[in-house]
Amino acid sequence: MKCLVTGGNVKVLGKAVHSLSRIGDELYLEPLEDGLSLRTVNSSRSAYACFLFAPLFFQQYQAATPGQDLLRCKILMKSFLSVFRSLAMLEKTVEKCCISLNGQSSRLVVQLHCKFGVRKTHNLSFQDCESLQAVFDPASCPHMLRTPARVLGEAVLPFPPALAEVTLGVGRGHRVILRSYHEEEADSTVKAMVTEVCLGEEDFQQLQAQEGVAITFCLKEFRGLLSFAESANLNLSIHFDAPGRPAIFTIKDSLLDGHFVLATLSETDSYSQDLGSLERHRPVPQLQAHSTPHPDDFASDDIDSYMIAMETTIGNEGSRVLPSISLSPGPQPPQSPGPHSEEEDEAEPSTVPGTPPPKKFRSLFFGSILAPVGSPQGPSPVLAEDSEGEG
Amino acid sequence: MKFRAKIVDGACLNHFTRISNMIAKLAKTCTLRISPDKLNFILCDKLANGGVSMWCELEQENFFSEFQMEGFSAENNEIYLELTSENLSRALKTAQNARALKIKLTNKHFPCLTVSVELFSMSNSSRIATHDIPIKVIPRKLWKDLQEPVVPDPDVSIYLPVLKTMKSVVEKMKNISSHLVIEANLDGELNLKIETELVCVTTHFKDLGNPPLASESTSQDRNPEHMAEVHIDIRKLLQFLAGQQVNPTKALCNIVTNKMVHFDLLHEDVSLQYFIPALS
Repeated sequence: MKCLVTGGNVKVLGKAVHSLSRIGDELYLEPLEDGLSLRTVNSSRSAYACFLFAPLFFQQYQAATPGQDLLRCKILMKSFLSVFRSLAMLEKTVEKCCISLNGQSSRLVVQLHCKFGVRKTHNLSFQDCESLQAVFDPASCPHMLRTPARVLGEAVLPFPPALAEVTLGVGRGHRVILRSYHEEEADSTVKAMVTEVCLGEEDFQQLQAQEGVAITFCLKEFRGLLSFAESANLNLSIHFDAPGRPAIFTIKDSLLDGHFVLATLSETDSYSQDLGSLERHRPVPQLQAHSTPHPDDFASDDIDSYMIAMETTIGNEGSRVLPSISLSPGPQPPQSPGPHSEEEDEAEPSTVPGTPPPKKFRSLFFGSILAPVGSPQGPSPVLAEDSEGEG
Repeated sequence: MKFRAKIVDGACLNHFTRISNMIAKLAKTCTLRISPDKLNFILCDKLANGGVSMWCELEQENFFSEFQMEGFSAENNEIYLELTSENLSRALKTAQNARALKIKLTNKHFPCLTVSVELFSMSNSSRIATHDIPIKVIPRKLWKDLQEPVVPDPDVSIYLPVLKTMKSVVEKMKNISSHLVIEANLDGELNLKIETELVCVTTHFKDLGNPPLASESTSQDRNPEHMAEVHIDIRKLLQFLAGQQVNPTKALCNIVTNKMVHFDLLHEDVSLQYFIPALS
């Protein structure tokens, strides 16, 4: 694989890497016929991000040397990011960036051709890997909204930078509401400030959602895509479904497209009782549009656990894409999913018909993301108790 | 108890935001006292605050176009709320270019001060940002601890130099010593002194001017060059100075020898009094 990026696109590439670095620690680089794809997933598998740069983005693009198979590799995000760390430097001094993947030497070579004849060469070691592919389909989501990224960028300004999660929903009068989400703690004497931003329907180019729908997702991860989209002056689309189903954030232009798939909180009353968390009488988060004369009510009820974004269909796809976001066995710490998680037997629950695949994920997540007071990580009680239909 | 108020003027909004930023730097948690004519931000000299106390007062009609309140009772027509200062300043930060700002006391799952900001937006639709700041209503029986502190007769009263300069001096001194001596005389001289085993550093400010003392008799007895001094915790002084982002309209300090230093500032029409006790 060999490709050459020139001019302003070097900074765009750098920004994309910065964006991806907000999500995961490993970057999966895969040259495809339709472009170079950069993907990552977070350690708890609750967020997946992918940028695809079309061949036209590059001055030169060669996915694979003729006669050879397409190579793909996995590199440490930290290493790749260090090449593009200073965006200001990229803009001012870098004229060309050449990325090549050499199967024989096991090195990803990133060469920055800078002003004054300076050439910086980075040799990054990589690991062979399976293709990282999340299964998702924006078209299957019943709700979507599209707006210039700038609108959303302005909308999230009132939220504290440290805020982890945000709820996005549609209120009465088709007003779009963003509200800070705080996991309620059992004995919290100090409550957190709740911030809510209300946008009118007119701010959106497209808004296809029923009133009352709402999803809660990780704002920090979303900010990664948002800042990229704002700087590139693109429209951002959000495709979503019921709480618990992954939300898909997309941006697109003629030279690149980006997809961020984030898990959303699901509603599971019974789950909370099983864990014996006595404090769990969380009031229904009502998203109210304060500006309108009538309060808006939201469908989001007691939200307790996180659900995985990804579904994996081991071996079902039959495509060249081998799923490597697969299930790891039960109560493991979130960092565990790695290359060895491709084994079929470990992924077994998802292929057993009737067993909602996300069950095991949920337990993983629960421990990794929310860790509310007093909640154990064991998945088995969950599986046993909560057998209600799950998206 | 009820409270609702509205600010529509941009300059008033910015001024109110600056005041709240200052309060956030001076006190992590403070008491907001609402009365028919005034708003006060209060920090009382509890042990938790290290003995420091603060009294900030503003006239509500200088800020709010609408102001309605109903206090605890007819005789005690006041409301005392405890809140995290940073929440208020963060909420107001979003109001930088707002059309209007509304504040009201609400009870949504928990008592809060709801700050509602109407922003300008590209399209004609309004964009609203709402912040629910959790508060604790302070019961009537604790109000007595939150009254305006009595300012004792100072030994010396002097106008302060440019606060930014003072702050940079004290910032450097903080690295050398944890306590500092602030001393001044009636001849317009103020010194900041630190002393360790190895080194003494003194910064002298001259020609500062002294406001007229209340009791003329004491000033005649005393030698104008005699310094009144007080040992204080340097971090407390630094915290006070760090809170002053803008140079105040008026700034003076009153020293009660070996007891306390009292800073009396005026930021346009908002008065701030800050008391730092002497180290025992």
